[in-house]
Amino acid sequence: MISLNNVSKKFSTKQGTIVAVEEVNLDIKKGEIFGIIGYSGAGKSTLIRLLNGLEKPTSGQIIVNNQDITKINEVKLRQVRQKVSMIFQHFNLLWSRTVAENIAFPLEIAGVPQAQRSSRVEELIDLVGLEGRGHYYPSQLSGGQKQRVGIARALANRPEVLLCDEATSALDPETTDSILDLLVSINEKLGLTIVLITHEMQVIQKICGRVAVMEKGHVVEEGKVLDVFQNPQQPITKRFVSQVSDSNKAIQTIQHLKELYPNGKLIKLVFVGEQTEQPILSRLIKQFDLEVNIVQGNISHTQNGAFGTLILQLEGDALLVDEAIRYIHEQKVNTEVINND
Amino acid sequence: MINDLFPNVDWPKMWEATVETLYMTAVSTILTAIIGLVLGLLLFLTSPHQAWANKLANWLTGAFVNIFRSIPFIILIILLIPLTKFLVGTMRGPNAAFPALVIGAAPFYARMVLIALREIDKGVLEAAKSMGAKTSTVIWKVLLPESMPALVSGITVTGISLVGYTAMAGIIGAGGLGTLAFLDGFQRGRTDVTLVATILILIMVFIIQWIGDLITTKIDKR
Repeated sequence: MISLNNVSKKFSTKQGTIVAVEEVNLDIKKGEIFGIIGYSGAGKSTLIRLLNGLEKPTSGQIIVNNQDITKINEVKLRQVRQKVSMIFQHFNLLWSRTVAENIAFPLEIAGVPQAQRSSRVEELIDLVGLEGRGHYYPSQLSGGQKQRVGIARALANRPEVLLCDEATSALDPETTDSILDLLVSINEKLGLTIVLITHEMQVIQKICGRVAVMEKGHVVEEGKVLDVFQNPQQPITKRFVSQVSDSNKAIQTIQHLKELYPNGKLIKLVFVGEQTEQPILSRLIKQFDLEVNIVQGNISHTQNGAFGTLILQLEGDALLVDEAIRYIHEQKVNTEVINND
Repeated sequence: MINDLFPNVDWPKMWEATVETLYMTAVSTILTAIIGLVLGLLLFLTSPHQAWANKLANWLTGAFVNIFRSIPFIILIILLIPLTKFLVGTMRGPNAAFPALVIGAAPFYARMVLIALREIDKGVLEAAKSMGAKTSTVIWKVLLPESMPALVSGITVTGISLVGYTAMAGIIGAGGLGTLAFLDGFQRGRTDVTLVATILILIMVFIIQWIGDLITTKIDKR
């Protein structure tokens, strides 16, 4: 659906050249929800704007829907944009238009006749759950409702790709969840490809199938969300993963835990996918005559499965403890001994 | 009673002058609004990062606006005498005031238009672009509607300035309350004529301001 080959974008300013995006290669498949995560200044805003030609790359190739959008003229590019729509962090609605008129705007741009416009607008209002609010002005809506209008507006011309520019960053956690649910449902219902950028790992975890991690203009890590969660490679990815799995907090308290539980062994188990559904703990207790103490636990749900960590204290005969750890290993659960005394 | 208070006022003449002032103000405000909007849009769209970004065009428009905004109105009238004679054919009567009124006020309004357009959220313009809007669509459906309250309050202020300008244009014979106050009032020492003309101008200004405020509040949905 979308592929980027060696794409770079440089801005020249009075202070010198700024490299916003450098040598990025990405392949986004039809119908998937692809996330790009990075801190502010990582280049993700520029990257997403390259996908609909709001920014032009300095070098490289950007193929959207089998068309190299770096090579087409303004007229063709405007047609492409009707099929690659965008939603924004600050919604960017026209305050001078009502909800219905805002949603009708892209239809006016596409030259849809009045009669078809109003029936399409009604459909979209229902789709995003804003029934009865068509005549409201944006100033009368909450943030979540404004983003729903933004989504309805973006869907008006039946796009094939939806670009989300920090679409939930200005919303509270509860509203964020409801907007993310809406994105997943339109992805499933309409088979829409969604590309989103964010700095929140929760968003990636909740709805994305694949993720790319950006740092200083480069994509430093890319893969299935579950794989990235289970086995983050880069330090920055580890930091993002710890945002949700809380293992960062756990690491901070490991010293503390060692002091609290001086006896036996502290081990950390990492469960991925189906393993989280196996009764490993109860089997462990039944098979081995050990004191098993749960120190800390955490499960995160991602779009393609769950991901959990558990810290246990095993007390008892040293040989038996080693055997128990071997048993857990055999269950294909990733284990890590925290204190090796 | 009223004739005792203002013994020298010729009421039919006063009424005629009022109508002339109203006529000059109304027509020049409409022309100023159109020309000012065009100039303001040009200033905005030719500025860096905008649709028609062009340094030379931006500099030329900016220079034109700044020069005509800086010339004192009374001098501008005199400077424009040849142009007025060419366009209108005479220097007398309300129509002769229009070139000076519009050329004096349009650059002033163009600056206000520019300020109003700059206040529009950049994100909204980006959103319109991301939907595949042409520049003409952006102008008619985003720039103008989104800045409308500021454009209306700007033209209200400009219209009020134009009432003042018509009075000045009156001194060189354009007619209206200015001419009446100057020739019949000041030069013949009839203070009551000047006073009545002033009161009528004040009422006119208040009404323009009131209408402008009313429209601005009505269209502002922010």
